[in-house]
Amino acid sequence: MSTQVNVLGRETAAGPSFGDRLKWGVSDALTMMGRNLRHIPRTPELLLDVTVQPIIFVVLFRYVFGGAIAVEGTSYINYLMAGIFVQTIMFAAMTSGIGLAFDLSKGIIDRFRSLPMSRAAVVTGRTLTDLLRGILASLVMLGVGLAVGFRPDGDVGGWLAGFGLLLLFGFAFSWVGVTVGMLARTPEAVQAFMFVAIFPLTFASSAFVPTETMPSWLRAFAENQPMTQTVDALRAYVLGQSPGSAAWQALAWSIGILVVFFPLAVTLYQKRTAH
Amino acid sequence: MTATSAIVAEGLEKRFGATQALRGLDFTVPEGTIVAVLGPNGAGKTTAVRILTTLTKPDAGQAVVAGYDVVRYPEEVRQRVGLAGQYAALDELLTGQENLEMIGRLYHLPRQVARRRAQELLERFDLVEAGSRIVKGYSGGMRRRLDLAASLVAAPPILFLDEPTTGLDPRSRLSMWDLIAELVAGGTTLLLTTQYLEEADRLADDIVVIDHGRVIARGTAAELKARVGGEHLEVIVSVGSELPVAARVLSGFGVGAVRMDTESRRISVPVTATQGLLTRVVRALDEEGVQVDEAILNRPTLDDVFLALTGRTATVETENGERTEDNPNRMEAA
Ligand SMILES: Nc1ncnc2c1ncn2[C@@H]1O[C@H](COP(=O)(O)OP(=O)(O)O)[C@@H](O)[C@H]1O
Ligand SMILES: [Mg+2]
Repeated sequence: MSTQVNVLGRETAAGPSFGDRLKWGVSDALTMMGRNLRHIPRTPELLLDVTVQPIIFVVLFRYVFGGAIAVEGTSYINYLMAGIFVQTIMFAAMTSGIGLAFDLSKGIIDRFRSLPMSRAAVVTGRTLTDLLRGILASLVMLGVGLAVGFRPDGDVGGWLAGFGLLLLFGFAFSWVGVTVGMLARTPEAVQAFMFVAIFPLTFASSAFVPTETMPSWLRAFAENQPMTQTVDALRAYVLGQSPGSAAWQALAWSIGILVVFFPLAVTLYQKRTAH
Repeated sequence: MTATSAIVAEGLEKRFGATQALRGLDFTVPEGTIVAVLGPNGAGKTTAVRILTTLTKPDAGQAVVAGYDVVRYPEEVRQRVGLAGQYAALDELLTGQENLEMIGRLYHLPRQVARRRAQELLERFDLVEAGSRIVKGYSGGMRRRLDLAASLVAAPPILFLDEPTTGLDPRSRLSMWDLIAELVAGGTTLLLTTQYLEEADRLADDIVVIDHGRVIARGTAAELKARVGGEHLEVIVSVGSELPVAARVLSGFGVGAVRMDTESRRISVPVTATQGLLTRVVRALDEEGVQVDEAILNRPTLDDVFLALTGRTATVETENGERTEDNPNRMEAA
């Protein structure tokens, strides 16, 4: 005989424990990262922004502005490199939003959504991929920088601290990218928006020139935005100087950005994909 | 509803802007059976499948799949169902093997198991050679097969196939039918949607006919065909005076009254056992000296079913109402 039930379906579901959830969340994110990494050799143009572009920036700034800009206490190339590092990591971080917007425009997203996988993994996989791209970009730039006269003399501890801050900033910024990606309709719109955001941040900062010569209103902005703090801290670390308060401020900015944009990005992603 | 229903839909409603896609959809799929949801374009088939597979939330009504409410326990449902949607959901830049392996990993199969499972499925779906190439270059038929394979990675007890052969050429369609029939021979519950009565007839135990988001009929293929008058044998003879002889011959093959139209020299009779029928009929007519201009077996189509059930043909809802996602995989033939 069939059993008649009032409320359809089972009343309880033995969901996974928090520990399992975390474990599988990490595993899913790494699987998604693996997928994104496999895309790279098949669309090599995706690497232009972390290879050719930083090389062009280093070379152009070194030889175009290098002669005209004098900075106190060190050569211009030594001054410049930290700025280029941070700028490039921001460009690298932008692809998270673009890639995600692209995924959302394709059928594959329905496959992911029909699987018993962590929802956040699609997003986290993207930001982890950008972290790796950021590391690659940093190595490329370091090589080019050394070739054109970059002579850093920070110690190992300084380099580790500086690069830690750099990558953390990039990681945090990729969640901003994801947020933009979830708000925009197309990958192209994400790209356009991010360019508009990155250029003022990089030029109105201490990335390429000291902020002292800027008019006071611009200087107020430049000296109190996350990019300047990160650039200043990284520059001090790689040049073997003390970063002073810049290190803490850079750390605080990155953590602050993460705290705001991580939940925002995940929520927006869930919303976009929950038809 | 019985305890052995793998899928229960009760009063499902879904609206997209001004379009009411589902208006109180009710049906059940008993465990281990194959049910075809048959309906014209825009009837709400995809919407129903997306709700049942947790991709879309219903506005009203309830759906229970594998014993779990799809809205309250989507994770539990996802673990127990496989889905091959109307448009292949594959990663274009990954190879066939990589796609299947990735999905296996996302089902939390150990790496080695996921790899072996991927190879197994590629073999079963005749994709071994293509398995090392990226999906971008696949034909429509290959994509469909890979997508079907993808839905089977975790060997789910319940399978959803949304228009599995739409857009395939006749040869790919036939081989897809064989594949599906083979798949479910092992006792998998299958819900498939289709616009072709022939496909539903061929694959399903039971057919649910839907129109404008509502069930308008349910039954076996034979029952539905009976409602539309079933299959008809039609013969046009060369010489009008031979009509009576021909009618006598045909009545021996038919299961109902023979109808004759002297003006068009056409005779028609309802038939059931259609295997090799035409050959036998033409031979029998030839033995009686009747010359035949034309002999056809008229199979009822979705249109005939609709005409019988609703008094109108299955009209296409709205062409531009179709989901407009940028989907390069739609409608390519192998
Ligand atoms: N995402 C959507 N946005 C707007 N309208 C939709 C959407 N999905 C389906 N519809 C509309 O709902 C109706 C049912 O669509 P669908 O379920 O795709 O039908 P079928 O799969 O039977 O062709 C159609 O009129 C369709 O245009
Ligand atoms: Mg459909």
